[in-house]
Amino acid sequence: MSALIEVRDLAVTFGSRQSQVQAVQNVSFDVQQGESFGLVGESGSGKSTVLRAICGLAPTSAGTIKIDGKLLASPRDPAFYAQVQMVFQDPYGSIHPRHTIDRVLSEPLAIHGFKNAEDRIEKALNDVGLGGGFRFRFPHQLSGGQRQRVAIARALILEPQILLLDEPTSALDASIQAEVLNLLDALRIEKGLTYLLVSHDLAVVAHMCERLLVMQHGTRVEELTRTALQGRDATQKYTQQLLVASEGFKAP
Amino acid sequence: MTNMLQVEGLNVSFPSRDGPVRVVRDVTFTLGRERLGIVGESGSGKSQTGRAILGLTPASATVTADKLSFDGIDLRHASAKTWRSLRGPRMSMIMQDPKYSLNPVMTVGRQIVEAYRRRGDATRTDARNRAVAMLEAVQIRDPERVFEAYPHELSGGMGQRAMIAMMLIAEPDLLIADEVTSALDVTVQLDVLRILDGLVRDRGMGLIFISHDLRLVSSFCDRVLVMYAGRVVEEIAARDLHSAQHPYTQGLLNCLPQIDGDSGPLQTLTRDPAWLA
Ligand SMILES: Nc1ncnc2c1ncn2[C@@H]1O[C@H](COP(=O)(O)OP(=O)(O)OP(=O)(O)O)[C@@H](O)[C@H]1O
Ligand SMILES: Nc1ncnc2c1ncn2[C@@H]1O[C@H](COP(=O)(O)OP(=O)(O)OP(=O)(O)O)[C@@H](O)[C@H]1O
Ligand SMILES: [Mg+2]
Ligand SMILES: [Mg+2]
Repeated sequence: MSALIEVRDLAVTFGSRQSQVQAVQNVSFDVQQGESFGLVGESGSGKSTVLRAICGLAPTSAGTIKIDGKLLASPRDPAFYAQVQMVFQDPYGSIHPRHTIDRVLSEPLAIHGFKNAEDRIEKALNDVGLGGGFRFRFPHQLSGGQRQRVAIARALILEPQILLLDEPTSALDASIQAEVLNLLDALRIEKGLTYLLVSHDLAVVAHMCERLLVMQHGTRVEELTRTALQGRDATQKYTQQLLVASEGFKAP
Repeated sequence: MTNMLQVEGLNVSFPSRDGPVRVVRDVTFTLGRERLGIVGESGSGKSQTGRAILGLTPASATVTADKLSFDGIDLRHASAKTWRSLRGPRMSMIMQDPKYSLNPVMTVGRQIVEAYRRRGDATRTDARNRAVAMLEAVQIRDPERVFEAYPHELSGGMGQRAMIAMMLIAEPDLLIADEVTSALDVTVQLDVLRILDGLVRDRGMGLIFISHDLRLVSSFCDRVLVMYAGRVVEEIAARDLHSAQHPYTQGLLNCLPQIDGDSGPLQTLTRDPAWLA
């Protein structure tokens, strides 16, 4: 069976005035249809860059990305965005600050020619635990977690097959996180969605993902199954350190 | 322990079509040279509490308090001049959205250097060296590059750490840290907590640590306030958080996924209208 998402030897280099940044080097992985695959690793290790590269938003310097066995067109075409949606890590940067939530949600619907905008917006807001009362607010009138839920609603409303989720719940408290994760899980089963999920919370990844890739310094450290993660069966030192650090703060 | 901060009967409300909405309700607490955690669900008023203390409430809102004092200074009637001498050098807040609070058109290094120079007459070279050292302290791998970078050239967690560096370099007496570790991987998270811990222990800084991460708060803080719908519903020693009394706090703890948990649906919270009373 060929994979739904296939990333081979991906490299991304950002060039700035003085220096070049090798954000991602030699990263390969496959995600099967219906699977949920996790990306974890050090801050700055290139996780968001991998997701952005899939969306055609990062300067790929080597390697290939295929979806459904086909190389992606650059720039990405409308068919791509009908199939793949991304929830960005920084909800403030990705939601237009002067548009109401209603507009944030209705514009993509209009662009992609969806009908029943009204019902879909109501449903999407309800699904992420925001009532209709939030519909005509502006982003700055929401708390951090409320903005994050708008970002998730905007991705879900287009009914994509593949969701790229960059720290989707790190701005959410435990109760809303549980609701959003349960929603994502239910949708995956109901609609056969495929997820590529970045999170620094190993418990979230263990809960959501069948397999995960650990990254550091832009490169792959190791790939683990959920069972291996739960059994603390990491072969690499960095992964072992992550597992220890997950237990919380210990005073020196 | 001396109380550097006293908050009594703090209220914040926003106007709405249906009349004022009270997002912070009668919040009362004191802070000494300690680590006070604030937890609570999204929208419960944690950030607005922090902002009100620093006089950073949006202009559309109304703030009232029976008492709001820092180091004996009544903040309710502080002049613009008093605020300038307090905010930055003596009290500061690391905001939840780093990209929103960093200036997008100024290099990270320049922003940190300016924060440092605002507190005294450091030379340019001295300030630069201190800034680079501070970036190193928050575990930025290539501090020289990040010093020259613009905020959009940083990863989420790097932006968050740049903010932390900018606020800590002024060595404030009171720091409100709003979700400062939410974008960091767990090992860097602990490095940042060690820095904050050092400032509380060695310099006697007072720290308000706002976070969703109950495990982190219970292992790091001394005391915890639990907020629900604008109110403080429980105050508890951090190490006793797992045996919290309030059903809301207990509910929150039960919602957490576990590394060893099964992959069935997570418990969710059934909110009881009685909690609003
Ligand atoms: N537009 C850009 N210009 C220059 N460098 C960039 C740019 N975007 C990202 N980088 C660099 O690429 C590297 C990887 O960043 P990325 O955002 O992928 O990290 P991440 O793993 O998502 O980290 P975090 O967990 O902190 O979000 C970082 O060193 C970052 O500074
Ligand atoms: N400018 C505004 N106008 C109207 N309501 C606002 C405004 N800013 C915040 N609010 C509301 O105030 C309430 C408290 O917000 P606050 O940012 O303090 O929440 P929080 O506890 O920090 O949540 P989070 O964990 O999601 O960051 C929220 O319900 C929010 O929608
Ligand atoms: Mg990232
Ligand atoms: Mg907040």
